[in-house]
Amino acid sequence: MASTLSMILYFIIFPGLVFTAVAGLMTTWVDRKVSALVQWRVGPPWYQPFADILKLMGKEIVIPEGAKRTGFLVAPLAGLAAVALVSTMLWLASMRGTGFVGDLIGVIYLLTIPSLGMIIGASASGNPLASIGASREMKLILAYELPFVIAIFTAVTKVSPMTLKLDGILEYQAVNGVLLGNLSCIIAFVVAILCAQAKLTYPPFDIPEAETELMDGTHMEYSGPALAVVKVTQAMMLFTLPVFFITIFWGGLQLTGWGILYTIVKYVIIVTIIVLIKNTNPRVRIDQAVRFFWGPVTVLAVIGMILAVLGL
Amino acid sequence: MGATGWGFKKSLWVFHLNAGACNNCDIEVLDCLTPRFDVERFGIKLVGSVKHADVLLVSGSVPRKVVPDMIETWEQAPKPCAVVALGSCGCTGGIFRDGYNFAGPVDKHIPVDAYIPGCPPRPEAIIGGIVKLIGTL
Repeated sequence: MASTLSMILYFIIFPGLVFTAVAGLMTTWVDRKVSALVQWRVGPPWYQPFADILKLMGKEIVIPEGAKRTGFLVAPLAGLAAVALVSTMLWLASMRGTGFVGDLIGVIYLLTIPSLGMIIGASASGNPLASIGASREMKLILAYELPFVIAIFTAVTKVSPMTLKLDGILEYQAVNGVLLGNLSCIIAFVVAILCAQAKLTYPPFDIPEAETELMDGTHMEYSGPALAVVKVTQAMMLFTLPVFFITIFWGGLQLTGWGILYTIVKYVIIVTIIVLIKNTNPRVRIDQAVRFFWGPVTVLAVIGMILAVLGL
Repeated sequence: MGATGWGFKKSLWVFHLNAGACNNCDIEVLDCLTPRFDVERFGIKLVGSVKHADVLLVSGSVPRKVVPDMIETWEQAPKPCAVVALGSCGCTGGIFRDGYNFAGPVDKHIPVDAYIPGCPPRPEAIIGGIVKLIGTL
């Protein structure tokens, strides 16, 4: 009973929902501030994301005529729960060495749920522009999921004995040095960062949300607290994906002594790479994105996989 | 409601509605986002969908054809939502007030919270108007 209670607390408070939401919102501030500095602006103050969310909580939810009410409102919550669960799994693997046999498959699966939630929500909203956004999001998932999975399994191949458990990968890295020291894993890391860009729907792959042509696409019909859930989910994804990459490629999160500083440095480096790619690239078309992911990126990922099998 | 009220003042998302404007005011709105003025410092940003908006920024003299769309847009905006009439046309009709298709300034159709006159208003005037609007919220 006590362990059930502590699991619930883990999920809701510390590594889960509340902690991830706060950390994710702080990360979106870093994102907005760095974007502003790149454009020679001053940018928003640190409490900006929290003000946005508080404001959205006080607003009205407009449900469009012809929308499927339940699907429209529940879909974003599914995404929120999935990201909170991924974050809990990753932190518990680093903090307490817990995990189960199918860990990694679970993480990859759960990381797709927010996108699926947005597809369902946008399709339920009954808005033509949102449904175009949903169809683009679907194509984007088909495009990036293949190289993403290959990149993650390059790390699995490199670990001996091969394991799908997060704590197994972490133990191997603790003994044999970080996986990022190998050529194959450097290639896999680059591929994973490119896929993260598409997972977060950040430029150059913000095709489903295309502000200028689709007017925020999949998010278009959401307002008030529902929009706040969507925004928090995105912020949590921005926090969770770098943590995931640190866990499988870069030795995991150390939470004692100087390790805390080292962990923060690793995290900030990955976030900065993502934000800089976001700010220096224009949006591509959906066919270009699919061709990019199925062509060069998949080839790169397969090369990394072959190198890993050869033992590099 | 204290916390949400504070959030509302610190984070105004603006939806820009062109109700028959000549595009001059619209260019000045974009000026506010440039590094020189940078209204994102105050949490103000332009959003693509009216469902995300806290402020409806209406520019233009409101010709007859636009009236139903303008009212529909106002009804779709989640409340509380403030309305700002931008430019001489939006405030009074300006030089178009005698036009055959002129259907009254913005406040004839939807309740307006702040007026920013000028043809076009300077970015400083727009920021000044927004500051006065925040004071009334």
